[in-house]
Amino acid sequence: MRNLAFVARVLFPISAAISVALAAVGLEALPGTPEIAVLVIGLPDLPFHLRLDALSSFFLMLLGLASAGVSIFAGGYFREGEGTAPGLICLQYHIFLAAMALVLVADDAYAFMVSWEMMALASFFLVTTNHRIPEIQRAGYLYLLVAHIGAISILLCFGVLQANTGDYTFGNMREQHLSPFWASCAFLLALFGFGAKAGILPLHIWLPEAHPAAPSPVSALMSGVMLKTAIYGLVRVTFDIGGEPLWWWGVVALALGLATAIFGVVFAAVQVDMKRLLAYSSIENIGLIVVAFGLAIVFYAYAMRSLAALALTAMLYHCLNHAMFKSLLFLGTGSVLHATHERSLGKLGGLMRYMPWVGWATLVGVIACAGLPPSNGFASEWLLLQSLLFTGGLPNPYLKMLVPVFAAGVVLVMALSGYVMVKFFGVIFLGRPREERLAEAVDAGALERLGLAWLVAGCVLLGLFPTFVIEVIDPIPFALVGRGLAQSGRVGDWLLLAPVSAERASYSPLLVTGATIAIVLLTFVLVRRFYHGRLRRAPPWDCGYPQQTARMQDTAEGFGQPIRQIFEPFYRMRRELPSPFDAAPRYRVEVEDPMWAWIYLRIAATIESISRVVGLLQRGRIAIYLLYSFVTLVALLFLTQA
Amino acid sequence: MSFEGVAAQLLAMLLALLGAPLLSGWVNQCRAWLQNRTAPPLLQPFRMLHKLFWKESVIAHDATPIYRLSPYIVFGCMLLASMIVPTLSTNLPLAPAADAIALVGLFALARLFISLAAMDIGTSFGTMGARREMLIGFLAEPAFLMVLFTASLISNSTSLATIVSSLAHRELTILPSLAFAGVAFTMVSLAENARVPVDNPATHLELTMIHEALVLEYSGRHLALLEWAASLKLFAYSCAGLALFLPWGIAEANDHTALLLALPVLAAKLAVGGFLLALIETLSAKMRIFRVPEFLATAFLLGVLALLVHLLLGA
Repeated sequence: MRNLAFVARVLFPISAAISVALAAVGLEALPGTPEIAVLVIGLPDLPFHLRLDALSSFFLMLLGLASAGVSIFAGGYFREGEGTAPGLICLQYHIFLAAMALVLVADDAYAFMVSWEMMALASFFLVTTNHRIPEIQRAGYLYLLVAHIGAISILLCFGVLQANTGDYTFGNMREQHLSPFWASCAFLLALFGFGAKAGILPLHIWLPEAHPAAPSPVSALMSGVMLKTAIYGLVRVTFDIGGEPLWWWGVVALALGLATAIFGVVFAAVQVDMKRLLAYSSIENIGLIVVAFGLAIVFYAYAMRSLAALALTAMLYHCLNHAMFKSLLFLGTGSVLHATHERSLGKLGGLMRYMPWVGWATLVGVIACAGLPPSNGFASEWLLLQSLLFTGGLPNPYLKMLVPVFAAGVVLVMALSGYVMVKFFGVIFLGRPREERLAEAVDAGALERLGLAWLVAGCVLLGLFPTFVIEVIDPIPFALVGRGLAQSGRVGDWLLLAPVSAERASYSPLLVTGATIAIVLLTFVLVRRFYHGRLRRAPPWDCGYPQQTARMQDTAEGFGQPIRQIFEPFYRMRRELPSPFDAAPRYRVEVEDPMWAWIYLRIAATIESISRVVGLLQRGRIAIYLLYSFVTLVALLFLTQA
Repeated sequence: MSFEGVAAQLLAMLLALLGAPLLSGWVNQCRAWLQNRTAPPLLQPFRMLHKLFWKESVIAHDATPIYRLSPYIVFGCMLLASMIVPTLSTNLPLAPAADAIALVGLFALARLFISLAAMDIGTSFGTMGARREMLIGFLAEPAFLMVLFTASLISNSTSLATIVSSLAHRELTILPSLAFAGVAFTMVSLAENARVPVDNPATHLELTMIHEALVLEYSGRHLALLEWAASLKLFAYSCAGLALFLPWGIAEANDHTALLLALPVLAAKLAVGGFLLALIETLSAKMRIFRVPEFLATAFLLGVLALLVHLLLGA
């Protein structure tokens, strides 16, 4: 186990094969009837109940598909001398994977919480792989703290759901009919608890700290898959074990989701650390997923089941897509990090020339993350917009007005994510290297390339064949909201995606891609046929300015400057501007997450002042402590007398 | 897919390819007249393209394949977009491939590639152009979608063909929501097509240019393709605007008489539209770049207002 080659060449590829098998199992089990198993492990009289239904199978498939690519990549990624020994990392990594799988199939609160905690702890140890760096210790601690506050809330939620029966199996919770008040309590607790894991505002603060700290395959798994287990939990509690959803739950989720999405993308635009940028982009995507989730609740509560199915499908599809493209992007940053030892965007540049494999793979991820056709990201965002648009039938007039405004917000988020992705890709891979040593960067190794290629294939195929994906997903909305898209025969055929009807809306990624490629090839051939294909290389022109250095390109700060200016009230900025007469001018700008100052530092200050008051009791003299005991005793005696 | 369908689709493609430079030439001509200059001939854009295609393409030493690929992709996206927008007929075989949302997606894909290509060489103007283009893009795109959403809500469909036929068959009244949407659309199309007051297509003053900064390093056939793509974009935007706000006269079946009638109607509408564009460009002054977000935010809010007005008044 201490041998790196063994871990890299044997264990990780085997694990990838197991992941593929897991994905196949998920795919196979999706349309079937739920299967139940009881494992007699753990405490006496408290066996693990497991259940594999459509929802679990789908998320298992997601886990398998994403982790297959990540595991293969990890085989080529981990090195000696980067914190924890490779053997130990391998162990933690696989405990993490297994715990996530167990979360997805758990059918009682006990098994769920045990695997949930296992997942949190394993990922905590993975995040703190480089545990000697104080920053990383701090990030790991923060992550652990938020994870546990969330876990307490989830535990309380299960406590509400079992409705005083003392039976914590999900089967029992399904039977209970809670009053609207308690059902709402359970939903809000679940939203808080799972939201802490998913990164819903304002509980997102751990994401931008933990993702840069973790090794890239771990960030990929955490962002691509672990965040989705939280979404799984939310869907499970709301639509399956939590009783009938009320419409205002959906509005709460919609508002929170939109706020999270806007916040995430606005902050992603100004980041200068590439992994932090991706972490904020994950927050944005979780926001979009929660918007779709909220929409599904609203539709379901008003018994508009087909539209609920549409929104739920869009949400699950986006979960799958985000797992693929965000893992891909995180792995790409991992290769860049290994090749250059640099995470700051301001010191990268021009890597397309030295790392073409990573560059092209990342480009696919970038197109998907920006939500552009014909990628998978576009397909799910298209479905989301469709479900946001056709809300005319909502009986509540305020909601009817509100939902298109949400559509406007969602559209703004999607457009801004294009900006973020151009910045991400352009600054890292294009232009000229901003540091001389970047010219020594080497491309990713064979295993890393294989991992990237797997995820690229996932992004492309999921984008080109949306109807197949929707047909696969279909049993889930059918089971949860009582209607599916494909089951009512409205997905369209293999070529054309038409979730409502062809007159109403249709999109065909195959036709769009085919036509674009045909036009490109035809143009290429015709230009050469009628004119010529001569090409000459020369120094760049740049309006004839003779002296050009790599320093004259936009830095990451420069590229984000318009966004900083437009959304200025959002940020807490610290700027240091040089005076015009400075001999050695230095310009510095720091953008902070305002949630720290608005919420967390205030909580910390309150707790500190309370503890200072309590601290007055602490005198350090034994006589006073004896007096306290005496007074307490007298008080208790008095109370028992009365 | 019938023979008539394919023929109509090819006709639409040819119309876009030839009509787009013609429209740009017409706008330039009108602008010159309005500014008391001697106008260039109507066919000047074709001569320009022909000249550029003959010229040798010079590219920087360290340009990556993205740089060489981008003009083709941008051209492909724009041509596809103008084949999807209903020009002569709504009955096109490619039309179901992309609805209004996918159309905006196609424009965004082209924008991504042109911006990446501009950043590829690593010159100061290139990155500046990319930054500004993305700035305009992220504001204009949602505004354009809001306009399209308004039309979609009115006709209960995001498919352009359905929108056109349902808007063409309504009573001849001015819908307040469409009026708001029309203003928003005008503002967006000025910004998206690099027109005054947002950008000046004729400028070569380094610090003010946006579109020119993006294509600064391109030459020869690559530049020709990009210029052609730019005029295709103007053509597609104009046709989309006509389809949304003046949908009358677009053929709904692919028979010969209807198509023959649709052609002069389209030409007349485009000629008037082009003249109005030149008029706007002549009457307004170029804004500072940091005025542009305000301008486009106004367009976005007008688009949202159009949606709300439609939902409030049902009109």
